[in-house]
Amino acid sequence: MARVKYASDFDKSVLLNNFDARGWVQVTPDDDWNFYWAGVHNIRNIFGVETGFRMGDDQVINHFPNHVELTRKDLMVKNIKRYRKELEKDGSQLAEKDETGRFVHLDFIPLTFMLPADYNLFVEEFRKNPNTTWIMKPCGKARGIGIFLVNKLSQLKKWSRDGKGNSFVAPTAKETYVISKYIDNPLLIGGKKFDLRLYVLVTSFRPLKCYMYKLGFCRFCTVKYNASVNELDNMFVHLTNVSIQKQGEDYNAVHGGKWTVENLRLFLEGTRGKEVSDKLFDEINWLTVHSLKAVAGVISNDRHCFECYGYDIIIDDNLKPWLIEVNASPSLTSTTSSDRIMKYKLISDVINIVIPPGELPDVRWCKVPAKEHYGNFYLLYDEDLAQADLLNQEIKVRAGAGNAMVRGARDLRKPSQATWK
Amino acid sequence: MSKDQQGEQFMVDLLQHLRSSMLYTDLYTAAQEEASKPSIKITELRKGVLSGLVNGGWDRKLQNAIYYYMQTHSCQPHQSDSEHHKEPLVYIRKAQQNWEKKILKSLNSMCTELNIPLAKKRLEQEQKDMLSRWTELGTDGPDLSQIRPVYAPKDFLEVVTGLQNLNYENALTSGSNFHNFWGVIQVPVKVKSIDQLRLQYSEMAVNQCQIGVDDVSDISADLFDVEQTRLSNKVLAAKHAPTAQEYAKKGCPTSARGELWCQIMGIEVTDVDILYYGQLKTSVIQHDLLVDNLLYKDVKLTATNDDHYFVFEDFLYQVVLLPFSRDTVVLKHFEHNSTTPPKSYIRGKLGVEEFAVVYPPNGVIPFHGFAMYVAPLCYVYKDVVTLYYVFRHMYMHYFYRLHSLSSHPQGIVALSSLFERLLQMSEPELFQHLVRIGCQPLKIAFKWLMRAFSGFLASDQVLLLWDRILAFDSLEILSVLCVAIFCFRKTNLMKVTTFSAAEVSVRPQYTPSSYLGRDEPLCDVDLGLLPLLDVQQAGKAMIIGRLRSHVLPSLSVYHIG
Repeated sequence: MARVKYASDFDKSVLLNNFDARGWVQVTPDDDWNFYWAGVHNIRNIFGVETGFRMGDDQVINHFPNHVELTRKDLMVKNIKRYRKELEKDGSQLAEKDETGRFVHLDFIPLTFMLPADYNLFVEEFRKNPNTTWIMKPCGKARGIGIFLVNKLSQLKKWSRDGKGNSFVAPTAKETYVISKYIDNPLLIGGKKFDLRLYVLVTSFRPLKCYMYKLGFCRFCTVKYNASVNELDNMFVHLTNVSIQKQGEDYNAVHGGKWTVENLRLFLEGTRGKEVSDKLFDEINWLTVHSLKAVAGVISNDRHCFECYGYDIIIDDNLKPWLIEVNASPSLTSTTSSDRIMKYKLISDVINIVIPPGELPDVRWCKVPAKEHYGNFYLLYDEDLAQADLLNQEIKVRAGAGNAMVRGARDLRKPSQATWK
Repeated sequence: MSKDQQGEQFMVDLLQHLRSSMLYTDLYTAAQEEASKPSIKITELRKGVLSGLVNGGWDRKLQNAIYYYMQTHSCQPHQSDSEHHKEPLVYIRKAQQNWEKKILKSLNSMCTELNIPLAKKRLEQEQKDMLSRWTELGTDGPDLSQIRPVYAPKDFLEVVTGLQNLNYENALTSGSNFHNFWGVIQVPVKVKSIDQLRLQYSEMAVNQCQIGVDDVSDISADLFDVEQTRLSNKVLAAKHAPTAQEYAKKGCPTSARGELWCQIMGIEVTDVDILYYGQLKTSVIQHDLLVDNLLYKDVKLTATNDDHYFVFEDFLYQVVLLPFSRDTVVLKHFEHNSTTPPKSYIRGKLGVEEFAVVYPPNGVIPFHGFAMYVAPLCYVYKDVVTLYYVFRHMYMHYFYRLHSLSSHPQGIVALSSLFERLLQMSEPELFQHLVRIGCQPLKIAFKWLMRAFSGFLASDQVLLLWDRILAFDSLEILSVLCVAIFCFRKTNLMKVTTFSAAEVSVRPQYTPSSYLGRDEPLCDVDLGLLPLLDVQQAGKAMIIGRLRSHVLPSLSVYHIG
């Protein structure tokens, strides 16, 4: 059996225990590694033009070079907007709009503008619906840092006065903000707001191959949700980030406010019925696939890369899921013991999918692991398989089964075995 | 009384019951409506009205009413002696009385120590305040640091194992230890044999498909789920309690469970029920009871720290536990419960019968873990009133038996004894090993039994288990599951040499240490209360699957005789 040499930028136990359990050998990032679990900051250097680092066929790394296209808040929005426009231009059924001009199938991110670039557009939209609450987020930050809610233009003006010294210098990523319509009708359970953290593994963007992890979780606020204006400044009510909630006095260290997605499903199926819960989870899978398709064209699809994203999703009280953001480096710190076990399994399952079983990494490998190596992942979408399916169907149609007529838009959402269906 | 007379008396009682029920008036009105229809011929009045009622679905309603009556009233002869009716065995009755005294003493001493009354009326301002915080009572609850649970499963286990039948003791002292049992339960209670269980649970034999069993991953299981879901719609539409109950023997699909359970238990929330629930809520707001603090504390100690149930924390107080403690309908179950509700006297009138009141109003003093009887139901019912009545019904029919001493075959003593005997029979080697290392199996299993596994299995598994309790109208499945878990963990258990090691390795959500890191010792992980994601698979497999493959296969009907 091959001794894999690994390097890691983190000394998190969920990673190291996994590598140890496989009998892998640790080396430094400068050595000749086979498997590198890198921090996002190092990715820039590794793939930077200056270093000219060339990877061998037996080397894999846990990030795509320009993952920011998906994982930076402003770029993700930009890419999704462009994706919709392109589909619309092609006359795709996916880009169907309803009478108010909203996309029927692709309306899965809250209305968002870039600041300061789109300031005028934002003001226009704000005047249309002056009673909406908006959420401001710095593009380059995570864990709820720098986030605040806005419901008056004056608040924004004040922020712009305080923040910007010189408006003539082009803002860097750190100073750019996105402002999004705040989902002020979140689904509440036990009166509390929560969001979903789901793990999505991508092994290739072109063709797209992605997997969804079954053991995602809900993160609950410790304080009752209250949409009133007075509570706009109380971040314990609005932000579910563990790093924020942990500071609250009601934080419970035993469960850390985390509830499994399986329990969410049990609850929804039990209290609202199977049909609506199936629809919700279908829509979550749907938005995940399309968020990835939206960036598939711009990501540099390096064969050495795979990436495990943390998807943040909020469900509103109509049971519609909204994609809030995607994290390139979801936290591997464990807050509770079940958390630790779940994350340990996550890493283990990721490794089983990206590396041929019992061998060294091999980028020439077809990247189609056997079903029994999926672990707790399930296949979300495999473009290769989907295309093969489509061909098969065409052949069948030509063979004379005349009734396979035009498939409706709804049908389009269910592209056979190549996906989670 | 002869058998015939008993039957006759039963019929008389049943008719009496029906006449005084709401259904009687409804049925009467419906019959009148039928009779006044122009299509009815005078000559065929009786036939016409009858068929009209049947077409209107009234026959089903009547059948259900009789069915529910029969569930709650056994065909047993009426005892003039109500004490005898509650518990026929004198020594158990005495033990129960002593136990009640002990509980009361502890409750009273807490009152004196903390200088708080058992009950007091809230001031108007306090009432208003309470009402405004109704949905978040958990956040700013009273100071609970001084409150401690009145008793825990461990204390009750001592009482159960301390039970002695005096007749037997005499036999012991006279030199024969013929009746010294291997287990800790030393009283002779009649429990079912494995053959009887095999027949009773024949629907759970290995060759039968079940909902919620995924240890057999073949396609037929998937197909069965789809088929069962389809069937559930038909069953629900029939509105026929026995059908629903029969159906539930194979497990309820998650989305149909709420309604199926209601049909099985005959719960249909009417305007009167909603009104009554509202009254209970009002009385919660008006009076402050000491048991409220016990309930708060209990939720804080159990559900709040449980990662399956913490989201329902506020719901548990507000919706269920506080109104439940005020509900005097609950008192009814004491007619056939060996427990006698404690009495309290209005200040200054101690001992004067006219001033005696039951305390708390529902007569139930909560113990550590009581809230867990409610918690799983939060996954099933969205509507608070329905949730309330379902819980009340389940308590009054099943759960009360798990914390009162009685010789009833469904009581905790019999369940404990059943567990011990089944384990001795199916795994004598394991049983002996555990006894040898000073670890009586019941000491581990008792809390599972007492809480009906709530909090010890993943939430979906608890619900699947409770499906079977309702479907087979029996708590015996709890003992069988305990045995199944021991069998499932046999390999690990045979290796352990201490009680604590045994306890860890048999926990339903036990995680093999390989999942935990080398630097992370197992001892700081309370796996028992933390339902762990990957281990749920094991839990799942266990609940029905293991139970079937380890215990019931030998039970399978095909092997009988």
